[in-house]
Amino acid sequence: MAKTAKITVDGKTYEVDATKNLLEVCLSLKLDLPYFCWHPAMGSVGACRQCAVKKFRDENDKVGKLFMACMEPIVDGMIISIQDAEAKEFRKGVIEWLMTNHPHDCPVCDEGGECHLQDMTVMTGHDYRRYRFKKRTYKNQYLGPFINHEMNRCIQCYRCVRYYRDYAGGKDFDVFGVHNTVYFGRHEDGVLENEFSGNLVEVCPTGVFTDKTLGKHYTRKWDQTYAPSICVHCSVGCNTIAAERYGLLRRVQSRYNGEVNGYFLCDRGRFGYEFVNSPKRIRKPLRKNKETRQFEELGSEDALKYIRKLLSDSKRIIGIGSARASLESNFTLLSFVEKQNFYWGESDRNIQLIQKQYDILRNGPARTPSLRDIEKCDVVIVLGEDLTNTAPMIALALRQSVRQEPVQSATPYRIPHWQDQAVRELTQDEKGPIFIATPLATRLDEISETYRAAADDIARLGFMVANSFSDRSPLVSGATDEQKKLSGKISEALKKAKRPLIIAGPSLQSEAVIEAAANIANAMITSGKTCELCFTVPEVNSMGMAMMDITHQGIESAFEALKNKPADTLIILENDLYRRAEEQAVDSFLGKFKNVIVLDYLENSTSLKADAVLSSGSFAESDGTFVNNEGRAQRFYQVYDAGENIKESWRWLRDIMLNSGLHEFGKWKILSDFTNALSKAMPVFDGINNITPPPGFRIAGEKIPREPFRYSGRTAMFANKSVHEPKPPEDIDSPLSFTMEGYRGKPPSSIIPFFWSPGWNSQQAINKYQIEIGGALHGGDPGKRLIEPKSGKTPAFFTKIPQAFSPRNGDWFVVPVYHIFGSEELSVNAPGINELTPKPYVMISSEDAGSLGLTSEKQIELEAQGKTYSLPAKLNLGLPKGLIGIPKGLPGMPEIKTGSWVRLKMG
Amino acid sequence: MEKILLPDIKNLHQIDVYIQNGGYEAVKKAYKRTPDEVIDEVKRSGLRGRGGAAFLTGLKWSFMPKNTDKPKYLCVNGDESEPGSFKDRQIFEFNPHALIEGITIACYAIQAKAAYVYIRGEYHNWIQMLQKALDDAYARGFVGEKMPETLGGSFSCNIYIHKGAGAYVCGEESSLMNSIEGKRGYPRVKPPFPAQFGLWGCPTTINNVETISNVPTIINKGWEWFSKIGEPRHPGTLLFGVSGHVNKPGVYELPSGVLLTDLIYKYAGGVPGNKKIKCVIPGGSSMPPLRGDQLEGVKMDAESLKAAGSAIGTGGVMVMDEDTDLVRVLARIAKFYKHESCGQCTPCREGTGWMLKTLNRIARGEGTSSDLDLLTDVAKNIEGNTICALGDAAAWPVKFFIQRFREEFEKAVKPEVSIPVANKIHSMRNTAVPLAEIKK
Amino acid sequence: MLTEEEKHEIEEEFKLYPYKSAAAIEALKVVQKHRRWVSDESIKDIAQLLGITPDELDSVATFYNLIYRKPVGRNVIHICNSVSCWVMGYESVLKHLIDHLGITYGQTSSDGRFTLLPVQCLGTCDHAPALMINGDLYRDLTPDIINSILEKYQ
Repeated sequence: MAKTAKITVDGKTYEVDATKNLLEVCLSLKLDLPYFCWHPAMGSVGACRQCAVKKFRDENDKVGKLFMACMEPIVDGMIISIQDAEAKEFRKGVIEWLMTNHPHDCPVCDEGGECHLQDMTVMTGHDYRRYRFKKRTYKNQYLGPFINHEMNRCIQCYRCVRYYRDYAGGKDFDVFGVHNTVYFGRHEDGVLENEFSGNLVEVCPTGVFTDKTLGKHYTRKWDQTYAPSICVHCSVGCNTIAAERYGLLRRVQSRYNGEVNGYFLCDRGRFGYEFVNSPKRIRKPLRKNKETRQFEELGSEDALKYIRKLLSDSKRIIGIGSARASLESNFTLLSFVEKQNFYWGESDRNIQLIQKQYDILRNGPARTPSLRDIEKCDVVIVLGEDLTNTAPMIALALRQSVRQEPVQSATPYRIPHWQDQAVRELTQDEKGPIFIATPLATRLDEISETYRAAADDIARLGFMVANSFSDRSPLVSGATDEQKKLSGKISEALKKAKRPLIIAGPSLQSEAVIEAAANIANAMITSGKTCELCFTVPEVNSMGMAMMDITHQGIESAFEALKNKPADTLIILENDLYRRAEEQAVDSFLGKFKNVIVLDYLENSTSLKADAVLSSGSFAESDGTFVNNEGRAQRFYQVYDAGENIKESWRWLRDIMLNSGLHEFGKWKILSDFTNALSKAMPVFDGINNITPPPGFRIAGEKIPREPFRYSGRTAMFANKSVHEPKPPEDIDSPLSFTMEGYRGKPPSSIIPFFWSPGWNSQQAINKYQIEIGGALHGGDPGKRLIEPKSGKTPAFFTKIPQAFSPRNGDWFVVPVYHIFGSEELSVNAPGINELTPKPYVMISSEDAGSLGLTSEKQIELEAQGKTYSLPAKLNLGLPKGLIGIPKGLPGMPEIKTGSWVRLKMG
Repeated sequence: MEKILLPDIKNLHQIDVYIQNGGYEAVKKAYKRTPDEVIDEVKRSGLRGRGGAAFLTGLKWSFMPKNTDKPKYLCVNGDESEPGSFKDRQIFEFNPHALIEGITIACYAIQAKAAYVYIRGEYHNWIQMLQKALDDAYARGFVGEKMPETLGGSFSCNIYIHKGAGAYVCGEESSLMNSIEGKRGYPRVKPPFPAQFGLWGCPTTINNVETISNVPTIINKGWEWFSKIGEPRHPGTLLFGVSGHVNKPGVYELPSGVLLTDLIYKYAGGVPGNKKIKCVIPGGSSMPPLRGDQLEGVKMDAESLKAAGSAIGTGGVMVMDEDTDLVRVLARIAKFYKHESCGQCTPCREGTGWMLKTLNRIARGEGTSSDLDLLTDVAKNIEGNTICALGDAAAWPVKFFIQRFREEFEKAVKPEVSIPVANKIHSMRNTAVPLAEIKK
Repeated sequence: MLTEEEKHEIEEEFKLYPYKSAAAIEALKVVQKHRRWVSDESIKDIAQLLGITPDELDSVATFYNLIYRKPVGRNVIHICNSVSCWVMGYESVLKHLIDHLGITYGQTSSDGRFTLLPVQCLGTCDHAPALMINGDLYRDLTPDIINSILEKYQ
């Protein structure tokens, strides 16, 4: 606590944080005070008037006056009352007003049972309707595949528009109309453009914005089974709550983690989960019939027998791991095939880059920041990453960091920073310095100064900045005037920064960009300043893979190795090799094995080529550990038991090993056995076993229930199969139970399956789990940072500066274009995400298009890697001359190497 | 008595006539002094704001920060939209140059380089009148770049007319600033006050048209002269707009503290048909109404009206004779505030509509006695609990009409019908109460 | 598409303010002056000129009473329905208008000649009741002089 004060609430004196407002303080004290418009991430505007309390001038003042708690700064000696009769009556009156037009359609409302409005209504005691007139009604809008709109339920708290516009930077959403017919929505029907629109569902205190994907397979909050999970759709590792009923994953919500995603998620993270329910799911082990070449389903025992048969005459087994599989699964495969036969299922190039990033963080002085840290940085340089599409939540965090510097200007006016409206009036559209250097325009350009260039030029710019802080970073010769001007400006901003941050990543496949980023951070630190360094990585566990003690060889190395030393069996762990390398190469690689065994949960080009497929659990049916881009190890737990045919990959692999006679692995029984073995084998993972309580953990002798205690229908759920209620599945791997039985209090922060507190049925119950509102969870925010900077050591500087990029006549240099919806392998199988996924295309700069006489949407022939593809052209204004944008990972889009040269022919 | 704002000079709105009568001399005088001296002069004159709150003008000016690198602004509030108020209109029509000259002095005093005169969009012809006067003043160098040549000194400022588009709430000073910024006219939370950061986050002063129009005379004749006019605590002349049931409705410029009865009978010619007065709203439709028997001895200035249980507001006096149906009057007033509620904070947004619907029901003869309690209750919850004063403006008429004319309202409603018991049973809180108890 | 004239008039308004977006209300009025009302199309066009999104502009447009977001007739009658006018006989004037034009509030006569709208006070309480047609003010109304006033507007 920075500054404290003593205040008296209803006769009791408390010592509280004086920098907060009265509402936050009351909630931090776990006092029940209803509110709507205030949100911990967005501050106060005083619009709903719900949080009124009585404030007394001094002890002798017995009358007092009503004040809105959210607008009251804490003053030492303050005397207030929440329980004061007039205050209670007024708060009840506010609910009465809000309910005059509310449709009271809770039974058919998706928010019912987890509705903040319901909770607050009960809390205030409003129970009798005096309003006897017609209600106003609205027309609803189509807002895209994610969000349902039901304006009649609106209580005009303005949270949605404040979140969407002010917090998330959306522009296509606003408030319309006036007096008691104000309307929140878009100018016209259409898909919400902002990539973080899904948070409206949690920000809205009632059922105006609800999860459309949940609505399609709707289940009440109390009827869902939950587990603490980790988002698998990028490397940021946002904490999520995944929910299930009847074996169907119903939705994903944000799981508050003060250090990572806070209250929010991106839309890919929130709505990508439907891949779990995809028709492409592999729900049973499969064996390929040798004659028909068709897959046949097997039971799990038969599958293991079959695999044993395949393995029994194998002489050499190659294992291919995956950065979308858990540490435990990779480690088990590694243990089985042994280090020399284990390949990280990633391109060699990517591995080099990720490894380099890890080495920089591991050996260098710059600290890798958490998402929360990023929000607090005041000057940010982004080199080469289109964050909205590669690590979306970092982009959302940057929208907060640009406010860091301007917000300080409120201090001399003694305007507290939580007073959102006043601070925004004062700061107007001022933004703190953020510089983004990418080949293509990005969504964050509107809040930043931009530099459009090829990777080599971006790196050169970075090296120039680094050189301005330390001579140990080499001088860049032949810089352009633009680069000189911009690097000067960046250096100036960095010099003034209180908390600077450099962000880079492997997207452009350029070592130079990563090295330049490292040099800036290192140069700043050696010149006595601070600097944090954030690297994105491609997948949820890429950083974990980089940290593992493996040979760090990729796909191409595996191809190569096979030429020298043949092998007969290939085990592929949760990996579609066709996304990693060229089709022909993969074909020929797979063709060299007698047996190809795939462990995966979604059918893909690789699994189709397999001789046997083991049905692995997705994140929703598995336990495991991922390491995010920050280097934070985080555990996820299975939501539901999917039956004996779906198991974690590590469990399948253990069974295979036991079957193959490797009896020493018999002692690996439950998750913690695997994790323990891992941290023993690789000390870098020391302590990851303790990031969640052990499976034997109990409170008052009880497990932590995955189901709310009002979970209904249990005895009848499977009555179509048997009228006898089956024994609930047991969870041997975690302290969580699969039923509603168990400890009803608050679980440890790392294993919170859902947020609930008596009287607080909505996500706002998070308040009760935090030490201080908006801060850390009780017991500390989950996860363990595994990478900390090395201080005191002089960092190594990179000295190789690339040549400036020069366009070639007739050839085009490939830069990648990432799409939040479409580029990621799993989420693209969720129908909503799929709907927003672009069709394949190539992107040409408008300037080049002009000289080619090309117009938008026209088909062009593209010659790459010895093949010709016909694709429609998209024109782009900012793209520098000589570069061509190739979308990554889109369904139907050929994989064309970033950094290669291609030719164009007019179609 | 000498008139300051609307003197009996023919064609004073023409710039030549204005100059012949000593116009644009005050500004020259003012520019020979320091800005602080000008502020001091106005401060000592005791001039209070004429927009409703009656705040000391000089004091307000002195709040403007001296050391700031941000531009400063003056906003002149000519949004007068309160039913019963129509005084600024007279200044635009008959003495626009006093306003313009006043602005140039005020800008100098607070060192603002730009002033925005916010005029409500409904005032088509008056906008044109002021625009004409402003164009003339620009042409003569009394406003704009040429000011130093014309007026001496080095100060210059620009004056812009910002036209509203129909929104009463924009008369609230922070809404007005939002509206000038091209945004929805939502009131802002205070603090911060406009002098800290107002228009575009810059220090801003907001004065009413009538207030500013007094300034040239104060500079010309000195603070002492001005402070001796009318009531010492609220000196100067005021523009009283008298409307409703009077023989000679119109705008009267009179010293503050004039008797309300004099205003009605002596100046506005009394009530047609010599009918009795049932009700007078003395300061625009949001101010508490006075009963016919409460008028004797009431003086028209901020302090006296407060003592009498009302407020000076904008000086719009609305007279209603004995035949007026006050239920419907109140319903009309409620309709206005419901329609003009901006929709930002709950009490006003939801409460005004509810009060209107209830009043309409009473006016239709369908109201019951509990409706009166309901109205009082809703009004009580609105009052003092909203972001801006519109909530109070909507609550006061309801509160005071029902309080002061209770009999008439009682007559308009039917006795309470018993509330359907089923409702109460379904109410969650009362399920534990025995049915017999409920029926009682 | 905005006409050159409209564009020019809007750009003139930019000169009054340090930021273009401040001219939003006046820009809407300019278009309304030329086209009688502001269509969704116009919202997009004006927003582009102001450098804001259609959502932002429409948010402003729908706040103000005098911006029409639906088509109106050739002439718009704004009749003051505030308390002073009501006290002085507004209802008889309104009734006359409704009877004569066959339309009520918010409606446009079938020949497209008149749209009838209420207005919250015209600031002319001393000459109540009052109405405004296309910005021309008429005061001290009685039902019998209405028709001759309407005659002027075809």
